[in-house]
Amino acid sequence: MLHISCPWCGPRAETEFRYGGEAHIARPQKPDELDDQQWADFLFMRTNTKGAFAERWYHSHGCRQWFNVIRNTVSHQILAVYKTDEKRPDFPIKGGV
Amino acid sequence: MGEFNRIINPDKINKNNKIRFTFNGKSYVGRKGDTLAAGLLANNVFLVGRSFKYHRPRGIIAAGAEEPGALVQLEQGSHTQPNIRATQIELYDNLIASSVNVWPSVDTDVSAINGLFSRIFTAGFYNKTFMWPRSFWMKLYEPVIRRAAGWGKAPQSTDPDIYDHIHDYPDILVVGGGPAGLSAALVAARAGARVVLVDEGAELGGGLRQLDRIIDQKPSMEWVESVKAELSANPNVKLLSRTVLFGYYDQNYLVAVEHKTDHLPLQERAGKVRQRTWHFRAKRVVLATGAHERPIVFSNNDKPGVMLAGSVLAYLERYQVRCGSEAVYFTNNDSAYESALRLHESGATVKAIIDTRTEVKGELPAKAEAAGIEVIKGSAISKALGRKTVKAIEVRKFSQDKSRLEGAVRRIPCNLVAMSGGWSPVVHLFSQSGGKLTYNSEKACYLPIKIVQNQYVAGSCNGDFLTSECIESGVTAGREASTALGLSVSDQQNMPIVEEVEDQNIEACWMVPGENEDPQQYAKHFVDFQNDTTATDIHLAVKEGFESSEHIKRYTLTGFGTDQGKTSNINALGILSQVLKKPISELPTTTFRPPYTPVSYGALAGRHIGKWSDTIRVTSIHDWHVKNGALFENVGQWHRPWYYPRNGETMQQSLNRECLAVRQGVGVLDASTLGKIEIKGPDAAEFLNLVYTNAWSKLGVGRVRYGLMCREDGMVFDDGTTARLADDHFLMTTTTGNAALVLDWLEEYLQTEWPHLKVFCTSVTEQWSTISIAGPKSRRLLQKLAPHLNLAADDFPFMSFKTTHIDGLECRIFRISFTGELSYEINVPWHAGQKMWDLVMEAGEEFGIAPYGTETMHILRAEKGFIIVGQETDGTMTPQDLGMDWIVSKKKDDFIGKRSFTRADTGADNRKQLVGLLTDNPKEVLPEGAQLVFDRYAPKPMPMVGHVTSSYYSATLERSIALAVVRGGLDKMGERLFAPLEHTTIGATITSPVFYDPEGDRLDGEI
Amino acid sequence: MTKYSIFTIARNALTGHKNWPRQWRSPEPAKDYEVIIVGGGGHGLATAYYLAKEHGVRNIAVLEKGWFGGGNTARNTTIVRSNYLWDESAAIYEKSLQLWEGLSQDINYNVMLSQRGVLNLAHSLGDVREGVRRVNANRLNGVDAEWLDAEAVKEFCPIINISKDARHPVLGATLQRRGGVARHDSVAWGFARAADSLGVDIIQNCEVTGIHQENGRVVGVETTKGTIKSKKIGLVAAGHSSVLAQMAGVRLPIDSHPLQALVSEPIKPVIDCVVMSGAVHVYVSQSDKGELVMGAGIDSYNSYAQRGSFHVIEHQLGACLELFPIFSRVRMMRSWGGIVDTCPDASPIIGKTPVEGLYVNAGWGTGGFKATPGSGWCFAHTLATEQPHPLNAPFSLDRFTTGALIDEHGAAGVAH
Repeated sequence: MLHISCPWCGPRAETEFRYGGEAHIARPQKPDELDDQQWADFLFMRTNTKGAFAERWYHSHGCRQWFNVIRNTVSHQILAVYKTDEKRPDFPIKGGV
Repeated sequence: MGEFNRIINPDKINKNNKIRFTFNGKSYVGRKGDTLAAGLLANNVFLVGRSFKYHRPRGIIAAGAEEPGALVQLEQGSHTQPNIRATQIELYDNLIASSVNVWPSVDTDVSAINGLFSRIFTAGFYNKTFMWPRSFWMKLYEPVIRRAAGWGKAPQSTDPDIYDHIHDYPDILVVGGGPAGLSAALVAARAGARVVLVDEGAELGGGLRQLDRIIDQKPSMEWVESVKAELSANPNVKLLSRTVLFGYYDQNYLVAVEHKTDHLPLQERAGKVRQRTWHFRAKRVVLATGAHERPIVFSNNDKPGVMLAGSVLAYLERYQVRCGSEAVYFTNNDSAYESALRLHESGATVKAIIDTRTEVKGELPAKAEAAGIEVIKGSAISKALGRKTVKAIEVRKFSQDKSRLEGAVRRIPCNLVAMSGGWSPVVHLFSQSGGKLTYNSEKACYLPIKIVQNQYVAGSCNGDFLTSECIESGVTAGREASTALGLSVSDQQNMPIVEEVEDQNIEACWMVPGENEDPQQYAKHFVDFQNDTTATDIHLAVKEGFESSEHIKRYTLTGFGTDQGKTSNINALGILSQVLKKPISELPTTTFRPPYTPVSYGALAGRHIGKWSDTIRVTSIHDWHVKNGALFENVGQWHRPWYYPRNGETMQQSLNRECLAVRQGVGVLDASTLGKIEIKGPDAAEFLNLVYTNAWSKLGVGRVRYGLMCREDGMVFDDGTTARLADDHFLMTTTTGNAALVLDWLEEYLQTEWPHLKVFCTSVTEQWSTISIAGPKSRRLLQKLAPHLNLAADDFPFMSFKTTHIDGLECRIFRISFTGELSYEINVPWHAGQKMWDLVMEAGEEFGIAPYGTETMHILRAEKGFIIVGQETDGTMTPQDLGMDWIVSKKKDDFIGKRSFTRADTGADNRKQLVGLLTDNPKEVLPEGAQLVFDRYAPKPMPMVGHVTSSYYSATLERSIALAVVRGGLDKMGERLFAPLEHTTIGATITSPVFYDPEGDRLDGEI
Repeated sequence: MTKYSIFTIARNALTGHKNWPRQWRSPEPAKDYEVIIVGGGGHGLATAYYLAKEHGVRNIAVLEKGWFGGGNTARNTTIVRSNYLWDESAAIYEKSLQLWEGLSQDINYNVMLSQRGVLNLAHSLGDVREGVRRVNANRLNGVDAEWLDAEAVKEFCPIINISKDARHPVLGATLQRRGGVARHDSVAWGFARAADSLGVDIIQNCEVTGIHQENGRVVGVETTKGTIKSKKIGLVAAGHSSVLAQMAGVRLPIDSHPLQALVSEPIKPVIDCVVMSGAVHVYVSQSDKGELVMGAGIDSYNSYAQRGSFHVIEHQLGACLELFPIFSRVRMMRSWGGIVDTCPDASPIIGKTPVEGLYVNAGWGTGGFKATPGSGWCFAHTLATEQPHPLNAPFSLDRFTTGALIDEHGAAGVAH
């Protein structure tokens, strides 16, 4: 049971949230201009980082806000929480415990 | 025989505290406060169970959670529980227990014959045999193995007890109520922290319950009482006894189970919560979980009567039970001497202390010798003797280099062997928390080295074995934890002064060697007492190439018993290090997994069973449906009326009646469960353009449009109608099951992809009850309800809505249709749903109104070829596949899913496409899920071209109809195909999916 | 290879078991190999075995970063079945099941395949529809399958609660009688022993830290035991597929998630089949030792830690007690987690990568154990011939570009 600090509501139990997978995969502005390979990259390909990983969470049983988290996928330590319009804080992949 | 081994000391025992209990059919007397194990030992019952593989006699080895052998079946009938450790259950009046996995009895267990074949039943036995002939494994061998397997029996009836869950958020959670834990809790409590202290025992004190120490000039238990009194009086402190902390998860999330009634007589338990699972999120955690003593591995060390020295002391001091009258001690460290001295003082004969160390210098050994106890140094027990209990031991000297035993064998008769192979810190929770361990050769144990959570480790768990060290590290942990939380700790707190004797000298001895290197000598050197793993098994495993400790554990089953290797894991590693000739510090350590001790499923499930295992959602009209005989269907979490059988009707008869009522008169459906989302803001229309496949900008206020949503991969995800309430305000409906998903999905795109759009979304599903009336007479019905409303087709056309009042109730009425008939959906505030339903039923009586359920709704829409998301679609269907290209905008630059339509496979024209099917025999209804082929005689695997998605008998058409997806089906109208079923094959012809009123003439109903 | 049988056991018993040969060697890596298989789990070992046995390739190394069989092979719920919905899946899993059925004899190691029957429960009308659809598809694909109504389910598994009042009542189930369980560790050990006897080097404690390429093709790997050359490398490391692929600059459509499982204390036999319910996340069978073996639901978040969240287990046990009320007083003895690599369509990837000579076998999600022999067999064919076998051709990486996904979500849920 992760303990996640919603930027609006504060620290809450994981069960209040929905997971949104890898962050910073922006939907292409003009999908029609991409070839199939590029479109497949957007749709499916993921970095699946081992270490400090930027991911999205949605406070579905709370304020219903999406936000980003940097979490170490080995230790589960949460290194940073930031809003969707904020820049990704700099953490090396091996960051955290 | 009575309480043969009980020391009746009136200071410590209240003679009125007798408790009667039954074990293996015999009645015994124990004392209040006893564990079952203590009660059995007091009554000289040493043979308690049998081991797993060889069914060797097993007694009681330990006094707590680490006990590997003494498992019992507790109670009978619905209260029965398998595999309870006799050392962990408190005696209560009329407790009934019996040995597990023995037949006919623990005394004469016929499976003990397995022991004769122990040379055959080596590790890996099953891997190497039972392969021929192939069919015999399932038919012959495995059934025998399975019958022999398992310990106790599960109850055969429903659990009469109830279980609870509770959540707590302490500042500081202290695990363990020994000297370290109590000290930490005391400091933290005085600093003003909110403290929870959990302890598995019924009584606080941990090791102090049996250790004779003077703390602050008080006997240790008086000190414990004084600390307990202070903590209990502090409103910020919660003391939870009989509570086992069993899991340590991420970010200081810990779980414990409190045994609330397990110590009470059965008749006092009714109506009470049996066990409660605590869920802690702690700011700081102090682990003060103590240490477990290790056995020494020697021949026949599993005989009943061979026990851990510290446990012998525990039984003596806690329960006044002398575990034997003639004892031999066997140790590699000083701590066992304390046990020996006290047993000696209690009047038992300590015949000898056999010490593996050649040089023994401590103060305790000196005291033992001074007390006249023979100390035999540099020696080992080469073998224990006795059939069902130990009767004697044999002692031999170590060779100079300790690699083998040599010289004369000396036999010493005894009825108790108390052994100590040293102490292993209880690092299970620490390890679960992600902490790393390292081997400390001076203390001969694994110690915490790297902490990864907000946590402190204190006391024996940290290798601080002396009571003074425990208190010191506890105080330090309490102080650091409090300081870390910004609390100030008074400097006035003096460290209590402890009077004790150093007892920590140790020299590792993992196993008593034999005379030479033949590993068969260790066939009775038990490492894992429950699974019968011997030192020979470890040797054999290494010989066969199993070198990793994890491989060895798995091949020999070491540590896989119900005790999870608390007494065996470290010895196994030690022996492995000897066999591999590698220092133990170079072997990888075991990772400990939750739970620390077994936890009942009931406690884990808590109240989340039965009706509470998942939320049930019902509409405001639910009670009416129940009263009127509806049968229900689960749709997501909703209970929806499925159909309303009347007296004696079959399901089909009900459906026929309901369908005809709609087609010929009027029917009414509770459609309140459909998801409803308000979408508001200046960019609302633009947003809808992006999430739906069709165009929304030009939809007029007051009008309604059907929309289809795709996922980004182009597959249909949901559908529904959306109405434009105002220029910047829409009301979207979704399918019942997907309502929450769709809302989340809208928010996701709004917030993460298109934050520039000014739009808000709000779920209003439970703001509005929706009553759908359908059928040619529905206009007349509605007119009766709302005489003021102009319902003329040109004033209230299809796909529009009106806002009005009926009988004082605010209403939104949508003229949409999922049946092909004239239809109105009357929305009223949720609380008024029942009232409006009653009005509709009353007004509808003259038109023969009939309520209908989801099944009739499905038939009616199938007659019209309307899809149901999740039935015609399965995440692999595009709008084009569904023949719904008409709803995919060609003009919009972008919408979700658009780009995917042109991928090679998604854009192919031989995809599975939605069609209608008419069976050759109109009375025959294809089963939904039937697979379709063109060549009915093709061999298996048959080339399948699609499957039946929906199939019904249509009373309106007086024949069966089906919807199906068929490869390239849109181009195959009129072709025949087949549904090969288990016993028959049904032929059918491909048609349009619209079976009824293809021109849409009926939409306007009767004028 | 010493033939194992009751006779060899008896003979060795007489000589004090002193003469058992090693089941496998513990070699140091050679300088180069014809094929390097990265990952010594069941799939990797099976790949090596079939490469050697079926294709005569002998110069093979299996590189394992820890102890072989220590990943998901050691952490699953041991369920074996082949009743998948789509033709492509049914074909490869059925191939696998057929290999299972002769495996103990083939590798002379009892993997304790126990075909006790697998029930997949239906709890809603939608589940029923999907179940019947799958049974029909299985039957026409030559995979044994039956549909049971609730009463027949009760007859097949008497302790199951089929009360209509249950929160998620049992409306029926699919049954594959040939499905069942096998002993997971034995599978790894048996394949290791058989592969080793054919000359395969199984190198433990050898972590791959880099993949060497020249001119767009692989030439070897960097490991904790030095550089090892090979022009053909197969990645078969569930739980680390993305990490390894990244070393060669390849991105995969994979997310790694924790999946937990648990066992109860051993009890006398109470359940004689495998019961799975994707809808309420219950997967239970009873082992030969008497433990109830249960799989929990998958954790939502990405993770490389072999542990998940406790609430997932609690949730699962609530559902479990609905189905099996008599388990309430049984106790959980051990729980653990594995890392499952999941693909967007819940189907694996077995085939080539954009880098020449680099092959991948990954993304089995929660369903890898049952595929072990079939996966190895297909991957061996692919590595040996440099072309996918028709059985694994549909499971190419390419399908994510064309859209030809094999979406097993609907039918399988969390497919243990």
